[in-house]
Amino acid sequence: MLSRTADHLYWMARYIERTENVARVLDVTYNMSLLPSDSSNEEELWDTVLEIAGIRDIYDKTYKELNAANVIKHLVMDSHNPSSIYSSLRSARENARAVRVAMTTETWENMNTLWLEFGQYIKQDLTQTGLSEFCEWVKSRSHLFRGVCFGTMLRDEAFSFVRLGTFMERADNTARLLDVKYEFLIPMQEANDGAVDYYEWSAVLRSVSAFQAYQKVYRDAIEPMKVSELLILREDMPRSLHACYAEIMPILRQVAGSRQTEAERLAGQMHAKLHYGRMLDIVKDGVHHFLDEFILANRKLGEEIQRNFLSATA
Amino acid sequence: MTQSAKQFFDEMQGYGGNVRAIYQAYNRWLSDVPTQQLAAKRAEAEVLFRRVGITFNVYGEEDGAERLIPFDVIPRMISASEWAHLAKGAVQRVRALNMFLHDIYHDQEIIKAGIVPNSILSNSQYRPEMVGVTVPNQVYAHVAGIDLVRTSESQFYVLEDNLRTPSGVSYMLEDRKMMMRLFPDLFKKYPIAPVEHYPHVLLNNLRSVAQTGVTDPTVVLLSPGAYNSAYFEHAFLAQQMGIELVEGQDLFVRNNAVYMRTTQGPQRVDVIYRRIDDDFLDPLVFKPDSLLGVPGLLSVYRNGGVTLANAVGTGVADDKATYVYVPEMIKFYLGESPILQNVPTYQLSKEDDLAYVLDHLPELVVKEVQGSGGYGMLVGPTASKQEIEEFRLRIVSKPANYIAQPTLALSTCPTLVDQGIAPRHVDLRPFVLSGKTVSVVPGGLSRVALKEGSLVVNSSQGGGTKDTWVLERDDVSVETLQSQMAAQHATQEAVIC
Repeated sequence: MLSRTADHLYWMARYIERTENVARVLDVTYNMSLLPSDSSNEEELWDTVLEIAGIRDIYDKTYKELNAANVIKHLVMDSHNPSSIYSSLRSARENARAVRVAMTTETWENMNTLWLEFGQYIKQDLTQTGLSEFCEWVKSRSHLFRGVCFGTMLRDEAFSFVRLGTFMERADNTARLLDVKYEFLIPMQEANDGAVDYYEWSAVLRSVSAFQAYQKVYRDAIEPMKVSELLILREDMPRSLHACYAEIMPILRQVAGSRQTEAERLAGQMHAKLHYGRMLDIVKDGVHHFLDEFILANRKLGEEIQRNFLSATA
Repeated sequence: MTQSAKQFFDEMQGYGGNVRAIYQAYNRWLSDVPTQQLAAKRAEAEVLFRRVGITFNVYGEEDGAERLIPFDVIPRMISASEWAHLAKGAVQRVRALNMFLHDIYHDQEIIKAGIVPNSILSNSQYRPEMVGVTVPNQVYAHVAGIDLVRTSESQFYVLEDNLRTPSGVSYMLEDRKMMMRLFPDLFKKYPIAPVEHYPHVLLNNLRSVAQTGVTDPTVVLLSPGAYNSAYFEHAFLAQQMGIELVEGQDLFVRNNAVYMRTTQGPQRVDVIYRRIDDDFLDPLVFKPDSLLGVPGLLSVYRNGGVTLANAVGTGVADDKATYVYVPEMIKFYLGESPILQNVPTYQLSKEDDLAYVLDHLPELVVKEVQGSGGYGMLVGPTASKQEIEEFRLRIVSKPANYIAQPTLALSTCPTLVDQGIAPRHVDLRPFVLSGKTVSVVPGGLSRVALKEGSLVVNSSQGGGTKDTWVLERDDVSVETLQSQMAAQHATQEAVIC
């Protein structure tokens, strides 16, 4: 297929996935903020949201005060924030519009309806009410997007690049979320004589739909190490790093055909690390260290995908 | 009857006497349907069109200005016998125009015969780059849109030929799909000729004009991209034909061949259905600052390494200055008399014509020779004094840039407007396809001027579209349609209660 087409499909899927992840973090954080706590804590809470999205700089340029209303506004509707839901959805739809031929009618109509419905939401003041409903809507739309792709698209390259975009973005998002929360919560835990903050860690799990999975897998109290294991190493946990790479690997092998690509090699290397790695070793070197390296490696893989397939030159 | 219905021929009412035979069944049906229900159907259509994204961009408006072309739910019908006449005439015309294009870029017999003046070679649409270039099957205008208007029961005129990158066929197809969805019962009873095979015929033709020796040609559609006003149509046709929709940046030239960049490496392209104007095709030959085209494309084309549809240089044949010679071309190349008439046309490059036109501006329509889309024209009867005087100055400064025609009494068709159902002026653009054979799908784009009294149907000027029903036979049973509808209304009411 055309490299440009593949590029648009890949980025369309990435932006949709990004939207979903922003909504997940917002939703969980908002619920956390409803729990009784002192105000300094709330500020830190919203600060982590900015850290996860990696947009602290842009935020500080726009807003003086760090509070819930501003962060929500910034992450939902600010058009100059490239990570806002507004920007991501617009980019997703622009990408889709450019290659509507390459997708099924249902996929395109779903993307277009998503954008039109979003227009209704941003008219409301989500900082006051309706944030949860909005986040639910984003999530269900994202589910619908994957479902429509899965249920209607021919299993050809177009489908492969859509899936590739989804899992590349998801891997990055899960890693960032865990990294930021880990950095934020572990020092608190140490200061607190090792008492694990149940609400904070269960919020981390909920933000990746892993709360019930945790209960099922571990049947145990919530512990940071097990949460990390679930989100990094468990292949059967759909938003874990391992699960993402288990999807990415075969896709890259398939789209490469008979060629040997650097992208496939990098993905294979990371997959092996996640597949055969042990949590004890990761903890020994530091979870933060591991996640940092992962985020960099994932970014490098993204660049190779871009070079090998999406901007193929003559 | 309103004023305009007496003055103009109406597709349904004729001159205000009896409803025309082919419309009788529909008219009975229509009189049973409350206007609110029609308006509700139109609203439903609008929602569906918006969801599918059948929108167009208007030049000169802010970004995000994606607009729907208004869709009217009342169809325009053409009887089987009328269509036979129109189709034959349109095919004849396109055959002659293709022969003219071959001739004008080769031996120029028509100039030698003194039928077309030598000055045509200095027309800006004449492409010297095409002289002596052989195109497969000698087909230049693979897709032609012939704009027709009707002025009476029996009189149709060709308003203009569109031989460059004619658009609008997606509306023919989408309007039909919409009508079938909104009014399936009408389709059960009316013998409406199907149009859905258009993309299939087009693809077959495009494959048939690949260079000799290519057995399984790769066909692509070249679009200027998502910001072009006709992008929806480009995407739609590519999808319907199952071919790649490419932009200039996706193609490159190497070793006298055109390739597209794919995830699996370069792939050879044999036929390009291009929806980019000549000027933007190849920055090395035409506009150097164009980013839409493919550097080197024209050199490959001229050497026979790739087929372009439509060919380069077709503009010289659909230019308004050339239009006047088409009836003569038909006689010259085909030895036939023209089936379809031209509108009488004054050429302002001729002194007599110019003098007459300047004396009669309030009665005439004046068009720029190279204008399109309804820009740069004067409709005398509806223009203000000031507009006429401004236009007069433009004509006098460059008379050869203009032609003038009598204001035609364009036929009207019942149309749903804010005040209810009212007559509005319409035209018709059937699409003639040339490959190994020349054919026309029974239907076309019917455009309607939604403003009362307006004769300008272009979408950029507030025109809308209608589904065009070409009937396969003219005897439509009124009774069956009637009883069917009555039964359906009865059940609907029952449900509402």
